[in-house]
Amino acid sequence: MLAKRIIPCLDVKDGQTVKGTNFVNLRHAGDPVELGKAYSEQGADELVFLDITASFEGRKTFTEMVTRVAATVNIPFTVGGGIGELKDVERLLNAGADKVSVNSAALRHPELIDEITNHFGSQVCVAAIDARMDEQGHWTCYLNGGRVPTERSLFEWAHEAQERGAGEILFTSMNHDGVKTGFANEALRRLSDTLSIPIIASGGAGAKEHFRDTFLEGHSDAALAASVFHFGEIRIPELKQYLQSEGINVRL
Amino acid sequence: MKVAIIKYNAGNIYSVVHALKRLGVDPILTDDAAEIHAADKVLFPGQGEASQAMSYLRNHHLDEVIRSLQQPVLGICIGQQLMCRHSEEGDTDCLGIFPIDVKRFRPTRHEDKVPHMGWNSIDVNCKKDEETCDVLFNGLQNNSFVYFVHSFYVPECAFTTALTGYIQPFSAALHKDNFYATQFHPEKSGAVGEQILKNFLAL
Repeated sequence: MLAKRIIPCLDVKDGQTVKGTNFVNLRHAGDPVELGKAYSEQGADELVFLDITASFEGRKTFTEMVTRVAATVNIPFTVGGGIGELKDVERLLNAGADKVSVNSAALRHPELIDEITNHFGSQVCVAAIDARMDEQGHWTCYLNGGRVPTERSLFEWAHEAQERGAGEILFTSMNHDGVKTGFANEALRRLSDTLSIPIIASGGAGAKEHFRDTFLEGHSDAALAASVFHFGEIRIPELKQYLQSEGINVRL
Repeated sequence: MKVAIIKYNAGNIYSVVHALKRLGVDPILTDDAAEIHAADKVLFPGQGEASQAMSYLRNHHLDEVIRSLQQPVLGICIGQQLMCRHSEEGDTDCLGIFPIDVKRFRPTRHEDKVPHMGWNSIDVNCKKDEETCDVLFNGLQNNSFVYFVHSFYVPECAFTTALTGYIQPFSAALHKDNFYATQFHPEKSGAVGEQILKNFLAL
């Protein structure tokens, strides 16, 4: 049976992970390559590296990091952040990334998804969507890391991304992100039940139960988190043991 | 040891190069018949579309080269599919090393999404008439998890050495004579995948 996936996400700036880490026995916790390797050895199913630098020099450093990750890590990894055009995708895939995630640029120019999937296949294209729910319960997509609202509804855009060939949806709820009270399971369930591609839940992980809930109630195919892993609040081997004891199929 | 990776128009070959380098092997990436024949081991990996891949192989006479190989050969993902007789993808006649036809997944429930993407377990004790698993899986626990990304599959057949269940049981691995093949990506399958590659290199 296909396993539910656990995905740590690493924010990278100028070649270093941004959020503090609480990894014992790791000499360079700031080095995304070493951290990624540590997570893979702990049982992470995939990794996501997000480039949060804006400068040209930072891009170059990030690409070099991708090359080192590809040489070091033996599980699939996705890279994202600042992908604006096809040649960014080509550069990162040639550096050894398995998948790329596109966010703002795809919202501005949806045909970017068609271009990526026509050139490299659906399996490399993850459509990352940041959305916020308003008081009426409507979910709206945001640009630029959640700073700029758009007119697009989450469900409409996710459907279009699938139709254009995206291989997965990575949905981050801005209402839940950083709050640590669980994932946006109602919206996730609607995405998972209406789309035919895998859905990755993001935003809200604070406890092991939240992962169980997003798999069982949110029908998510994978769950992504950052700080709970980086600060050692949840350890991946224990999380997976717990999920298995709750009857969820995970890779142990 | 000389290890050749067949160079053709299917992407994601670099991850195989990296995986072999982690095992201390520096492979050559080549479409040269003499170089491929001279190698001790040959890998035939890739991700791509069957009809385009086959027409590229035919145009470069790599189809004859692959069929004529005597040393251990490992096909990965589309490599496995291309080693079969025919694929539903693009209604493509393939290499015919394994006399079986490749089918498209047809999900019957919404939760069975296509492509089959992620970690799934392999039953390596599926050959009922044999006591032991295939040599490729030596040292592995049965039902270990490996990483898959594919929309087409090889049905269970006489050459199946590992079975995986998704929509229905399918061939996660095949073996006939010197030809081995996996539908999953050993190069992306953590320690389990490394063991499988080690076993292949030790043949």
